[in-house]
Amino acid sequence: MKMVVAIIKPFKLDEVREALSAIGVQGITVTEVKGFGRQKGHTELYRGAEYVVDFLPKVKVEAAVSSDILELTVEAIEKSANTGKIGDGKIFVTNLEQVIRIRTGESGSEAL
Amino acid sequence: MKKFLAFVALWVTLGLINVSAVAAEVTDVVPVPDKGDTTWMLLSTLLVVLMIVPGLALFYGGLVRAKNMLSVLSQVFGIFALVSILWVVYGYSLAFGDGGGLNWMIGDMSKLFLMGVTPESTAATFTDNVVIPELTFVAFQLTFAAITTALIIGGFAERIKFSALMVFSALWFTFSYLPIAHMVWATGGYLFEMGALDFAGGTVVHINAGIAALVGAIVIGKRIGYGKEPMAPHNLPMTMIGASLLWVGWFGFNAGSNLEATGGAALAFLNTIVATAAGGLSWMFAEWMLRGKPSMLGIVSGVVAGLVAVTPAAGLVGPMGAIVLGLIVGPVCFWAVSGLKRSLGYDDSLDVFGIHAVGGIVGAIGTGVFVSPALGGVGIDGYTMGGQVMTQAIGVLLTVVWSGTVSLVLFKLVDMVMGLRVKEEDEREGLDTATHGERAYSV
Repeated sequence: MKMVVAIIKPFKLDEVREALSAIGVQGITVTEVKGFGRQKGHTELYRGAEYVVDFLPKVKVEAAVSSDILELTVEAIEKSANTGKIGDGKIFVTNLEQVIRIRTGESGSEAL
Repeated sequence: MKKFLAFVALWVTLGLINVSAVAAEVTDVVPVPDKGDTTWMLLSTLLVVLMIVPGLALFYGGLVRAKNMLSVLSQVFGIFALVSILWVVYGYSLAFGDGGGLNWMIGDMSKLFLMGVTPESTAATFTDNVVIPELTFVAFQLTFAAITTALIIGGFAERIKFSALMVFSALWFTFSYLPIAHMVWATGGYLFEMGALDFAGGTVVHINAGIAALVGAIVIGKRIGYGKEPMAPHNLPMTMIGASLLWVGWFGFNAGSNLEATGGAALAFLNTIVATAAGGLSWMFAEWMLRGKPSMLGIVSGVVAGLVAVTPAAGLVGPMGAIVLGLIVGPVCFWAVSGLKRSLGYDDSLDVFGIHAVGGIVGAIGTGVFVSPALGGVGIDGYTMGGQVMTQAIGVLLTVVWSGTVSLVLFKLVDMVMGLRVKEEDEREGLDTATHGERAYSV
């Protein structure tokens, strides 16, 4: 089992969700986050006072998937979140030791 | 019994008519307020109330950080309530009474607690034998005193102690607002007699408050983290709503200052649209050219600057003169809140000095120019442009020196007695919870 964590542009969230549903990912968790990468921030001006905004708003998508659809998952996110411009985000993949469905107590890939 | 009362009423009425008819034959007719004028002035008063709450409160509130939103709203509301009471207790009498030997500067105590002011007593207007109910005039002028005192808080928002502000406001209203209002607007007042023109309060309201705010910002000192931490406005839509309410309310402020529902009021009304529009556009274009983007805050700041500049000029200049005034004031105030403020290094949090004092000075001097009939103004007796501009400049100078001196003394005094500034940890926490025990937004 793998944990896929993707940081994407906020307006790409719907496309990413659709792409993941299409390949059979059963659920995702979404968080609004802020951060910086190569895109850097921007400046805001209020009556001539300049503020540098270092952290830009992004969306973090977390999906727990079985190892056999990992490549499909990564590919789906990569395609659906891509705009070709700087700031499209990153995908992180880590091993997932255990998953438990709280209602039934199922564990492992059955709980995914 | 009812019949008897009706009979008595009829008898008294007839009797009064007889008496007044006799009086009319002997002397001039005692002028009676016109219902249209009275209605207009009550409506104008209501509009100026709208300027203060919620107008000014929201305009300022949106510009501070979220943690200080309620402090600003409380300060504006508190000052409005406080000055309203002080105005009817002694303010009106001192501002518009006859001060005898001191009449060049201040009124007297003859109308303390509105003594002798009844629904029947009247106040003069700009036309001979045209009067309005005195109570209407009292209420209209009350709102001017209240908004002027409330305007000042923008200079030291986000760090002043609420109790100290209330004490300062009462003192400043007494020692700066009342004398300046008397000198500019009351018969026998120094600037009034000199012929300084201030239609709706460019000196009395805007320069007066703007200078006090600057002195306050300097005496209290900069906000913690000023220039290092971001202090961006927390809710610009709120600021936009406030500025819009200011604009709407300003029709009462400017056109109401005509005191009669006449063509003069219509002129002030139209000028309050076009000068304002020109101010908004000129600030917007200045910012667009110099900083690359036309910001919403820039447009509404220009709008307020335009309103400030046209205030002394409203019923005196023509619409084209008003537009020129607006076109000038936008870039000048834009420079005042950015270049000037940066180079001098004071923290006038919400730019009361940069917009109200600087815009007020542009308006006061501009009034001396554009009142000229040759430039579409209404003209005044014995007008020469150089002479009038000089008179306007004296009015500005007197207001700057008076307000500056009184404000400095009062800020220092209040600081010594009770301290002007909140504790450092309270300032960091935000005044909403630290001072008022509540928060604006629960998320």
